[in-house]
Amino acid sequence: MTSDMVVVRKEGLYCVPGQFYIDPWRPVERAVITHAHGDHARGGHRHYLAATPGVGVLKSRLGDIHIDGLAYGETVVHNGVTISLHPAGHVLGSAQVRMAYRGEVWVASGDYKVEADSTCTPFEPVRCDTFITESTFGLPIYRWQPQQEVYDDINDWWRANAAQGRASVMQCYSFGKAQRILSGLEADIGPIVCHGAVQTLNTVYRDSGVWLPPTVMVGDVDKEDLKRALVIAPPSAAGSPWVKRFGDFSDAFASGWMQLRGARRRRGVDRGFVLSDHADWPGLMQAITATGAERVIVTHGSIAVLVRWLQQQGLQASGFDTEYGDDEADDAAAGAATDAATDAATDTDAATTEAASAEAVCTDAAPVGARHA
Amino acid sequence: MRDFALLYAELDETTSTTRKLNALQQYFRTAAPADAAWAVYFLAGGKPRQAVPTKLLRQFAIEYSGLDDWLFDECYHAVGDLAETIAHILPPPNQPSEIGLADWIELGIAPLRGADPGTVRSALLLYWDQLDTRERFLLTKLIGGGFRVGVSRLLVTRALSAIAGLDSKLIAQRLMGWTDGSVKPTAAGFQQLIAEHTEEEHAQRGGQPYPFFLAHQLDREPEALGDLSRWQVEWKYDGMRAQLVSREGQNWLWSRGEDLITERFPELAVLRLPDGVVIDGEILVWHGGDAPAPFADLQKRMGRKQVSARLLGELPAVMVAYDLLEYEGRDLRTLPQAQRRAMLEQLAATLQVQQGAPQLRLAPVIRADSWEQLAEIRAESRQRGVEGMMLKAADAQYGVGRTKNVGTWWKWKIDPYSIDAVLIYAQAGHGRRASLYTDYTFAVWDETGEGEGGRKLVPFAKAYSGLTDAEIAKVDHAIRRTTIEKFGPVRSVTPSMVFEIGFEGIASSPRHKSGIAVRFPRILRQRQDKTVDQADTLDALKSLLVTP
Repeated sequence: MTSDMVVVRKEGLYCVPGQFYIDPWRPVERAVITHAHGDHARGGHRHYLAATPGVGVLKSRLGDIHIDGLAYGETVVHNGVTISLHPAGHVLGSAQVRMAYRGEVWVASGDYKVEADSTCTPFEPVRCDTFITESTFGLPIYRWQPQQEVYDDINDWWRANAAQGRASVMQCYSFGKAQRILSGLEADIGPIVCHGAVQTLNTVYRDSGVWLPPTVMVGDVDKEDLKRALVIAPPSAAGSPWVKRFGDFSDAFASGWMQLRGARRRRGVDRGFVLSDHADWPGLMQAITATGAERVIVTHGSIAVLVRWLQQQGLQASGFDTEYGDDEADDAAAGAATDAATDAATDTDAATTEAASAEAVCTDAAPVGARHA
Repeated sequence: MRDFALLYAELDETTSTTRKLNALQQYFRTAAPADAAWAVYFLAGGKPRQAVPTKLLRQFAIEYSGLDDWLFDECYHAVGDLAETIAHILPPPNQPSEIGLADWIELGIAPLRGADPGTVRSALLLYWDQLDTRERFLLTKLIGGGFRVGVSRLLVTRALSAIAGLDSKLIAQRLMGWTDGSVKPTAAGFQQLIAEHTEEEHAQRGGQPYPFFLAHQLDREPEALGDLSRWQVEWKYDGMRAQLVSREGQNWLWSRGEDLITERFPELAVLRLPDGVVIDGEILVWHGGDAPAPFADLQKRMGRKQVSARLLGELPAVMVAYDLLEYEGRDLRTLPQAQRRAMLEQLAATLQVQQGAPQLRLAPVIRADSWEQLAEIRAESRQRGVEGMMLKAADAQYGVGRTKNVGTWWKWKIDPYSIDAVLIYAQAGHGRRASLYTDYTFAVWDETGEGEGGRKLVPFAKAYSGLTDAEIAKVDHAIRRTTIEKFGPVRSVTPSMVFEIGFEGIASSPRHKSGIAVRFPRILRQRQDKTVDQADTLDALKSLLVTP
């Protein structure tokens, strides 16, 4: 084998012959963006390339950027490298980046989920020689229930609360998770209230042709009806005046991390729903196998575990140290910004756009330290 | 099992007392009495012995899941709980079962105790195949002997009192003995627990103690309690809370955890008391003189079921009596504190005369003219070998548990000892703190080696409480950045963080590297203003040992 097609530089993952970066964390000339979550899509690059369905979200989050959209499966050649983007099933517009150069194929997964849901194009396995995979939930303890069961649990929880005259406040990230939950709700239980940060993204989703149940802003609902409402808000809204108006509500948090009792209890919410936009352990195995890759490079998550496991399976495996999935710092910073914005928005909901852009990171909220070095 | 698993999940998930109470009532109303009986046992704090050694549980789970040992260990480190790890890694069940909690305990788990590994193996594989993740978690916890639930005994009592329509004090009384293994949980037992009150009940108690009345930490300036004359003030002893029950010519000694500990303190078992007497007090080791021995001495007695004559001589135990709950077979708990005190003094006086019982001491009442004067006396606490003072409302009844509805007991403790120490090792926590580095080992500077290898950090205490979640997150992050080495779940770190460590007691101990042992160490705060070099020395720590 000659030199590696993709390496890690201080700016991010770098395609050597193509001279572009994938999800770079420092400003660069050319960036291919797998999806619009804050740890993958940062501002300040000169040229962006992303899957067409993701362009709207990127613009809504990063503002006025120079961006080209590429339809799933279409190709573009850059410095001799044939680039194509393939659905990753993570959030709207999420893509795996396929790079072909002199007969060799590399795929960088970004974040992905193998179970299909109705809010984004389902994950599509792509054959390659080298697969760069995420490993957020790279331990066998992470096995997701079919999502319908989780939706049913959420609806049951909502229904029970509504029957007792109590609002149901669901904390989840406003981009991706929120819309996926919306897609599974039984809208006849009661009104669905979305925080401004969520509502902004709902609009982007609906504009992209994704069906979501009707949602309203809190000011649009009678006080009495709020008691039967399901409220979707970002975690940073917890404890804010915005959320306190719901009075004696039951709260919940939806994330893959909720699989573990410890993480659930640290959250301090009434219910933890295990719903992730990432692949679980069997999902990772399934995806890796389907690529047919002989070499696997593991990024953010359980790198050491997955590398050792894959080596045992006879694959050539190693890790890439990236700055993805470092929600902790971003979450805190974004949380503070959003709190300020939501405070301002308490009465008018006017500042919701700022709130949406301030909430930068929208992957599964990692409980602090849950990730292994 | 499914209903109990659901109840457990509800109790575990919510932090709201009302919702916990609702969930408990709902369960007790609908569960079969035999299942409910076992649920009461577990929820009220019953601790079944381990039926299967952890090693076997782990081994068979690994076999069933088809994982490698190392991968199982990685999972365990992420989860921080063996039963939960096992619940998550096993393949889904093929033969869901409807077996109830009581049958699982009596027919499923009990026979595994002491069974040969082959029998245990086939049983476990069969059981695990019948249960979903939640149920497996519980079953494995019950088998492994580590069941704990986030619900207080008081709450269980309230739930039972609500469904039975009875006073919760009566339920609390009936619950005595339920969790120490002396009463087997049965359907009939559960029905008695919630049955209507009968007149004979009081007479049929045998050696049962009363539910302990627990004190609250004083959360205000003592002056705010008003007129000092309305308060009965005593020393707060650092011993073991106990009730000494004398009925039918026999003594029973109960710890606050409802363990029967009569055998461990033969000198108290032989005390001759009138029939129908229950004394509440504190067990201490007391060598003579004005102050009790440090808690460390009592600890040497607490662990021993068989006590040698030598130990009895070296570490004599006494009971310091501070309340009288029953006299001549009559329940005195609704009498005011002052009246109970008078009766206790009278009883103590007769006993001293009759048998000169040195192993029973009367807790002195501290008198002062003002709160200021009381505060001055309190400053003597350390010399007197006590933790501070107890303030008991003179008109208080003897309540049940940590309640304030019939009067209050306040703990007015002295400030803890404190020392600035350096974090040198960290270990991931369990349960709520799994995957976070929350358990720390702290060191101080040992300067004795100075000149040769320079001064060294010597560990003296482990502490894992006192920080907020946000602080823990920061420290956790720092630990990950400064790790030198990993030994299993433990990391050594480059010394960089100084913490003020508080503790209640200090004693010399040849078993510890530092030569000292501290009691109840906990983190008071991080000293970001101090560098590692400015942390305290071992000499400074040892200077606290010198108590007159």
